[in-house]
Amino acid sequence: MKKLVQDFKVLHKKELNDGTFVIDVKASTPLPDIKPGQFVNVLVENANNTFLRRPLSIHFVDYEENIIKLYIKKIGEGTTKLGDLTIGDKLNIVFPLGNQYSIPKNSKTLLIGGGCGVAPLLYLAKYLKDAGNEVTTILGVRSAYDAVELDPYKEYGRIFVTTEDGSVGEKGYPTQHSILNEKFDYAFTCGPEPMMKAVAAYSRSKNITCEVSLENTMACGFGACLCCVTDTKRGNICTCTEGPVFNINELKW
Amino acid sequence: MVNLEVKLKDLILKNPVMTASGTFGYGEEFEDFIDISQLGGILVKGTTRHHREGNPYPRMAETPSGMLNAVGLQNKGVEYFCDKIYPRINHYDTNILVNVSGSVIEDYVETAAIINNLDKIPAIELNISCPNVKEGGMAFGTSCSSAASVVRAVRKVYKKHLMVKLSPNVTDITEIAKAVEAEGADSVSLINTLLGMAIDAETRKPLLSTVTGGLSGPCVKPVALRMVWQVFNAVNIPIVGLGGIMNAKDAIEFILAGASAIQIGTANFIDPQVTVKVVEGIKEYMIRHQVENVTDLIGAIKTQ
Repeated sequence: MKKLVQDFKVLHKKELNDGTFVIDVKASTPLPDIKPGQFVNVLVENANNTFLRRPLSIHFVDYEENIIKLYIKKIGEGTTKLGDLTIGDKLNIVFPLGNQYSIPKNSKTLLIGGGCGVAPLLYLAKYLKDAGNEVTTILGVRSAYDAVELDPYKEYGRIFVTTEDGSVGEKGYPTQHSILNEKFDYAFTCGPEPMMKAVAAYSRSKNITCEVSLENTMACGFGACLCCVTDTKRGNICTCTEGPVFNINELKW
Repeated sequence: MVNLEVKLKDLILKNPVMTASGTFGYGEEFEDFIDISQLGGILVKGTTRHHREGNPYPRMAETPSGMLNAVGLQNKGVEYFCDKIYPRINHYDTNILVNVSGSVIEDYVETAAIINNLDKIPAIELNISCPNVKEGGMAFGTSCSSAASVVRAVRKVYKKHLMVKLSPNVTDITEIAKAVEAEGADSVSLINTLLGMAIDAETRKPLLSTVTGGLSGPCVKPVALRMVWQVFNAVNIPIVGLGGIMNAKDAIEFILAGASAIQIGTANFIDPQVTVKVVEGIKEYMIRHQVENVTDLIGAIKTQ
């Protein structure tokens, strides 16, 4: 798939809470085929300490309107500057980057996201449903305050929430949710590494396929700099080109 | 019409814009973004005698106006390059240079000798910033005698254009430049990365697995420019300038300081199309300043 570097225009921005927002960016030309799990690398302008692009998950794609949705948490200067973008601003994007989650057919699929790791799961849910799969999503957050933007998932399957303080949904981590007593065929996850490792352990115990999305720091995003390597059974390989999605059996987890 | 052609001795470049080793993969990574034949040359990834796994993650830290890297020359070795990669890229209508690295002199010599047999590789760039394992790990490029010894040994087996990439981590870069010139280097490229370090104050941990790493990006440009100017005044062989070039204006500055050609490195990560934009920008500058040949700009800084 051909990679592009292109200017997008900010069409819409929705603040989810004071730390997270969803931004819709529109291309002036038709978008290429974008797969769930792929990412973009965006240029942050006018930020003194943000020299490199910021890799971000693709939250959703609207081919009719040529819109990519990005789900962003303000963590450092770069993502905070992105939060300052307003309607009509330009955003330069290198995309689509990386591999994708596998799309099985007619299976029971489990999606587990933690924090802003939920970003790629909505688009994955759509793909999975379109391929005839049953989709169950669990989002793990700290409290009700962070349990935002859940409705879009309902279009593709069931959605459950866990909170660390029990303020909404089940109390605990997503890997402790009671729905995990059901039988699933596939587990797909994105979020903090300890959570993904717990999903990997759960998947191994149930003997089901598990794919995780890694978030290593990177410079280029397309395999030139060799900075974002992850230590796999095949040695050091680029997370940006061979990942970000890995089957847990490839990793030394 | 402006003439962008430059000659590094016998090596003819259609324009002075090349890519820096380690920032351009094998060229293939950039095929979606640019037409590689529009460049004066490309420097492919650092190649060693044997497979190298590189350093553990984390290998990169962002710094103000730049980045530190500690990739550690990850590559599959020169034989893999010749068998698998070279056949895929040897159709590029540009000069393909291989950056040769090693940890003992014998490795440099063997690697250079193998690459000497590749028809479509007109030159190598010798990376003498690698630690010299037999001499306590000090980089070959940080003393005149060890820099001279590796260039002397490679010169015996390598018959084509021999470019030597100089380390800036030295007291006087002109002394090293003169030493490699005396051993038969055809050109020098400078600067390699500046040794640096980054710490996370909150965790008290270094940001790189190796603690220290190589600094690149616009933050090093003034240092690089100064060194190109100093070396230009010290040697007679052509100079290839690099260090933080982000646009055509930066490239012109290096040429004015004495570089016959330039390399673009870290900027490739931020704008994968930067190289061809720099070619266009140099043309535009020449038209605006009524300069017919880009060679007229080499060392043309007005110091009085």
